[in-house]
Amino acid sequence: MSLPKPVMRGLLGKRLRFHLPIAFSLSLLAAIAFKYAVTEPRKQAYADFYKQYDAVKEFNAMREAGIFESVRPSGE
Amino acid sequence: MQPTLVHTAALGLNWPRTSRRRCCAITDRQLLRTHECDGITVDMSQPMYWDRLDTPLPDKAYKDVLTAGDKSLKEKEKGPWNQLTKEEKIALYRLMFCQTYPEMKKRTDEWKTVVGGIFIFLGFTGLVVWWQRIYVYPQRPRTLEEEWQAKQLKRMLDMRVSPIEGFSAKWDYEKGQWK
Repeated sequence: MSLPKPVMRGLLGKRLRFHLPIAFSLSLLAAIAFKYAVTEPRKQAYADFYKQYDAVKEFNAMREAGIFESVRPSGE
Repeated sequence: MQPTLVHTAALGLNWPRTSRRRCCAITDRQLLRTHECDGITVDMSQPMYWDRLDTPLPDKAYKDVLTAGDKSLKEKEKGPWNQLTKEEKIALYRLMFCQTYPEMKKRTDEWKTVVGGIFIFLGFTGLVVWWQRIYVYPQRPRTLEEEWQAKQLKRMLDMRVSPIEGFSAKWDYEKGQWK
């Protein structure tokens, strides 16, 4: 009935040495994945949109639709 | 290797008593015997007995008042335990404890009551909401009508709401339809 004495010290240190590298690397991975899955495509989408954007044309289209109060459609 | 007294009984041996035996935390008290109808009063300043899964050893034994037979058994317990018979060991266990762990962990049908009660109250709430719909709710806002919603949608597209990645980005302005 003589069991070996259980480990009494260094339990937190052992846990941290195991879990902290994993935690940090997973967080870093999550950040990198978010960057390349979300932010980079979004930046590209914005860039592509404004490459072919004609502000005046869009304004006139909106004006004709009648949403502005300062400029009414050209017919009125 | 002798198993401990607690372990033997906690293996779930069928105790030859009625299954309706009810064990509770209130025990006989020499000092406090109430026969009134308003219930048993417990002196909470004294050590108490309890049957709890998370606290295995209560502050006191289950049985306070020992009969002569119990007392002689307790005397025998002071000697070597391998001279106790199985029945004596079980009797000693039952002096110390009311229920064994398997008895405490026994499945009950309480969940049926709980689920039934949940459904009853959900049903009642449904009736209350129905009554409210008829007698309390104000008139439905006109902004929820089909025609208004269609005009709202057209206005959002005219305003070019979220034209890059969101709403108007999904509308094809040349063809006048969703992409």
